[in-house]
Amino acid sequence: MAETGTERPFVHFDGVQKSYDGETLVVKNLNLEIAPGEFVTMLGPSGSGKTTCLMMLAGFEAATHGEIFLKGQPINNVPPHKRNIGMVFQNYALFPHMTVAENLAFPLQVRKMRRRDVKEKVARALGMVQMDEFGNRKPAQLSGGQQQRVALARALVFEPELVLMDEPLGALDKQLREHMQYEIKHIHEQLGVTVVYVTHDQSEALTMSDRIAVFDDGVIQQLAPPSILYEQPDNAFVAQFIGENNRLPGKVTAIENGVARVALDQGGEVCALAINCGDVGGRTVLSIRPERVQVNSASLQNRLDGNVLELIYLGDHIRCRMQVAGRDDFIVKVPNSPEHAMLREGETCTVGWNTEDCRALDLAAHAM
Amino acid sequence: MTDATATHGPDGLLLAADGTPLKTKLRESMRASRMRAFGLVLPLLLFVMASFIIPIMMLLWTGVYNATYAVNMPASAPLMQAWDGSSEPTEAMAEAMVADLIAARKAKTIGKVASRVNRELSGTRSLFTKTARRAAKMEAPFMATLVDRDKDWADVETWRAIKTAATSLTPAYYAAAVDAKYTATGDFEMQGEERQIHLKLFWKTIWVSGAVMFACLFLGYPVAYLLAHLPAKRANLLMILVLLPFWTSLLVRTTAWIAMLQSQGVLNDIFVWIGITGDDQRFSLIYNMTGTLIAMTHILLPFMILPIYSVMRAIPPSHVRAAKSLGATNSTAFWRVYFPATIPGIGAGGLLVFILSIGYYITPALVGGQDGQLISNFIAYHMQKSLNWSLAAALGGILLAIVLILYWLYDRIVGIDNMKLG
Repeated sequence: MAETGTERPFVHFDGVQKSYDGETLVVKNLNLEIAPGEFVTMLGPSGSGKTTCLMMLAGFEAATHGEIFLKGQPINNVPPHKRNIGMVFQNYALFPHMTVAENLAFPLQVRKMRRRDVKEKVARALGMVQMDEFGNRKPAQLSGGQQQRVALARALVFEPELVLMDEPLGALDKQLREHMQYEIKHIHEQLGVTVVYVTHDQSEALTMSDRIAVFDDGVIQQLAPPSILYEQPDNAFVAQFIGENNRLPGKVTAIENGVARVALDQGGEVCALAINCGDVGGRTVLSIRPERVQVNSASLQNRLDGNVLELIYLGDHIRCRMQVAGRDDFIVKVPNSPEHAMLREGETCTVGWNTEDCRALDLAAHAM
Repeated sequence: MTDATATHGPDGLLLAADGTPLKTKLRESMRASRMRAFGLVLPLLLFVMASFIIPIMMLLWTGVYNATYAVNMPASAPLMQAWDGSSEPTEAMAEAMVADLIAARKAKTIGKVASRVNRELSGTRSLFTKTARRAAKMEAPFMATLVDRDKDWADVETWRAIKTAATSLTPAYYAAAVDAKYTATGDFEMQGEERQIHLKLFWKTIWVSGAVMFACLFLGYPVAYLLAHLPAKRANLLMILVLLPFWTSLLVRTTAWIAMLQSQGVLNDIFVWIGITGDDQRFSLIYNMTGTLIAMTHILLPFMILPIYSVMRAIPPSHVRAAKSLGATNSTAFWRVYFPATIPGIGAGGLLVFILSIGYYITPALVGGQDGQLISNFIAYHMQKSLNWSLAAALGGILLAIVLILYWLYDRIVGIDNMKLG
């Protein structure tokens, strides 16, 4: 599903730029190809340009430069109502004066569909989101989760090939949000529509997406499936933004077969995969996931001394904050299993990791 | 779990821990805050009662109750009320009448009584004053003497008019307010077409109010839309322009319209200058209905714009976007999604403008001329010039009833809860 390049892209951003005030670019030179049936999430902090991209695709904002293609056709000059793109808005945007059924019938009526067909399609769409009995209710009489389902059904009822979702789960509570994530994922799998999803919630993105485009500062920092994004971040921003991450700043002293030797600022020398660290003599930040750090294990290549500052018991694992290489925000997740040593606050130990689990990345200033 | 400490009384009511019904307990605990709330509004309540509600009640009461005759002619009033209005007037009535006339002349109230009766039948004023001057010398049989003095006393219509005037509690004024006549026998009959003035005025007032309302809606809606969709900085500037009329005296604005609209005024000068009309054929834009409509529309416009604006501000932009993304063209999105959402504002603005214009007084009085007078000008006329307060009260009462009916209709159709004033 996620393979691009093998078939013609369904959506294609080609060198798109966007500026609102003519002075700063909100979206800088965006190139993105989305395959048919793919679930792509635009993930990033607020102000990173992800929503702007979605609005340009929907037709509510015009690209300042560049072209957007839908099924090979340029759509910059196609008005929104002719793009045939379903959209789910952040606050659902259900029409308050219409019942649920009327809301769902709206896109069909404006397409001048026959009354009988409209009724049938509305009933089917309501069934798909398990809202069959609510057709005669007004949106205000529904709970947030129910409104969300109706909004989803409305965006799908006219059978668009592309559905855009702008933080659709943002207003729901945590439990409902997780439930809806699975539901949206299942509907996507059933219908085979292409989905472009915008969120700032990384767990949402990881759960649902085929590929995630991490946005920052108007640029896609990395575009990859969730596992690659988490395990092999290309740069310090992605490493920091997705999941938890330990950072150790240092200086590259040698690079050999893709492995860099890094002298840490506070003393000590370790090896790391040279991903994005520049040449010998350049500054770099090492990135290690907390669950890849091992405590008091003699067999590892890279070892440093650590001082336990804080322990938080979390059931399946113990979260341990340590002072390592002069930084006191070094996090280690110690599995709660019999063969692991129990740590105590104030204790000194050694921490270590495999070279493959440590990545030498760029020095993203704003991510520090 | 919730019932762990609550117990039910014999009648099924929930009881508090000490055994008193929970509702009583709740009332007791709320009493202090209720008293405080009442204390806060008390001064205003007294002020409104004393200066607004009681006077209005009293004025409305004068619309159905006028005791001028009964108070000043105490002897004849009960006899006249008892008379059936069709049989021959009796000697007893005549005797009481003469006695009352003597007393009224002495008390100098005869003029009031005469004009009261004169409203029922014109020409009776002089009959009363003349007869009263000579009443002191009259002797029995009084009926014959009265007829001897003036043969109008033989006319049963005269006595009917007196009977009507003698009835203090009467629907006559309300009847007069809708151009009907309440006769001595207790029937209503419509005035002839040429004598009907009030009904026509009521219709004209309602028509003008409707026209002003629609003109305000037509002119105000786009402005409200612009205000609601401009960036805040420019919207504030525009808002000041909209509110500017509020900060100017009503009189100043109205007289400004006189300067604009009169035949030698700014507008006509421009029309002549660009050649729309000749110098000898200037439009008459003021001192007629046109003037009333233009000036009232201008003055009431903010009352339409503000409620619509506040409703539009609350409509999320995503609604129209959603409609477009679902395939609606701009106009479909507007009429099926945006416009219905603004109806509470239109209702509030429309009701406000209509109710304000139905009782509008100063503008029609200044720029309306003969033709542009509304019912309120007539009420003022009866209050100030003809001094027929009872008729003025009856007209005012009908106006109040129209407004209340409109309000009720609005509540039924749109719902008062949906009204948004800002």
